[in-house]
Amino acid sequence: MSTGWTREQMAARAAQDIPDGSYVNLGIGIPELVTRFVPEGREFIYHTENGMLGMGPPPEEAERDLDLMNAGKKYVTALPGAAYFHHADSFSMIRGGHIDVCVLGTMQVAANGDIANWSTGAPGAIPAVGGAMDLVQGVKRIYVITQHTTKTGEPKLVETCSYPLTGPGVVSRIFTDLAVVDVTPDGFRVAELAPGVTFEDVQQKTGAPVLPPN
Amino acid sequence: MIDKKYLSVAAAVADIPDGATVMIGGFGASGSPVELIHALIDHGASGLTVINNNTGNGEVGLAALIGNGQVSKMICSFPRSSQSKVFPALYREGRIELEIVPQGTLAERIRAAGAGIPAFYTPTTVGTILAEGKEQRDFNGRAYVLEPWLKADIALIKSEVADPLGNLTFNKTSRNFCPLMCMAATTTIVQTKKFVARGGIDPEHVITPGIFVNRIVEVPDPVHEDTLIAEGRSYP
Repeated sequence: MSTGWTREQMAARAAQDIPDGSYVNLGIGIPELVTRFVPEGREFIYHTENGMLGMGPPPEEAERDLDLMNAGKKYVTALPGAAYFHHADSFSMIRGGHIDVCVLGTMQVAANGDIANWSTGAPGAIPAVGGAMDLVQGVKRIYVITQHTTKTGEPKLVETCSYPLTGPGVVSRIFTDLAVVDVTPDGFRVAELAPGVTFEDVQQKTGAPVLPPN
Repeated sequence: MIDKKYLSVAAAVADIPDGATVMIGGFGASGSPVELIHALIDHGASGLTVINNNTGNGEVGLAALIGNGQVSKMICSFPRSSQSKVFPALYREGRIELEIVPQGTLAERIRAAGAGIPAFYTPTTVGTILAEGKEQRDFNGRAYVLEPWLKADIALIKSEVADPLGNLTFNKTSRNFCPLMCMAATTTIVQTKKFVARGGIDPEHVITPGIFVNRIVEVPDPVHEDTLIAEGRSYP
């Protein structure tokens, strides 16, 4: 029985791989937890697509400002040194390669770095893309934090995405509950195993061949 | 002396024709010009194409405009959220058209229209179904998709401070698409929390210069969509 990493531990592990001084954009869900695990001695500056650098934690109910939201439409605060800007500037930061790291959740990631995290493509589903396609094309480094499998046990790390792509060949590293997995020219390669997890566990729960740690 | 001030939201929206393309500022509830939208509901123009990042929440503001049957097409990046119900229902019944545009492309298409640039190449959507049928070109070995500008007849905008010439400032993240939409619409209509005399805004602090603004209405204590939804309100 494997133990693996909790959501918090996955976020903490991802935070270890973000260099000091990085401009960082975090997706909704587990990626948001990264802010709680900034390694000692490092500073990250958080970008939110709707128009702010220097985003801070959620405010107390009484302190909240109805004009201060993040891209997930949750109320946030602005840290000293924050800046507001309009959407064209915000996406210039993204598309123009000025954001260092983006940490996203996903539905699927393929062995070639393709990511699918915006639509199931199912009939009747309402497509909603937001800024995901801009982020994956523009940010220098795309990390993914995700459970290794779906709630029903299907692999999320796959040979080829069956859902519509958000972007092709963009993901560099994946942090799951079982392992840290790199996307390499030869496919998935385990960089690190979670405590109590074997390489065979990871291979068995991955929908594509996985290379052992170097 | 130029004075772009209108005395009421009703007067400011009174000539919006049926079939108009209307940009509405805001990102979710933040920066949504609720009083102007409600005035447009009262005015009754229909067959509208509306451009906004989302499709509104609850049964107020943009969601109420859609729910009142005045919108035939939405152009947006993210048409659903935890509190949107009006648009999803109409969309599933096939009663409203949807053009989905990535958020950054939406912003840049609007900016391009205001800047007189008819189209531009972007890496966003390359290799996805949203690039299908669009012209692509390689620059320095990388593929890009051609995207056209996006213009509108009308923009409905909420500002923090405005002067008689239409110089504007915004509050925090309520700025979002507003400065871009002001540039891209033939007629830009602004509701402002504070209306000040000429010189009341430091020229160094102007976010949207007045050349992009046509009409201003003072709405000193604007309602907020989230507050209305929390109170269970609907409009009309």
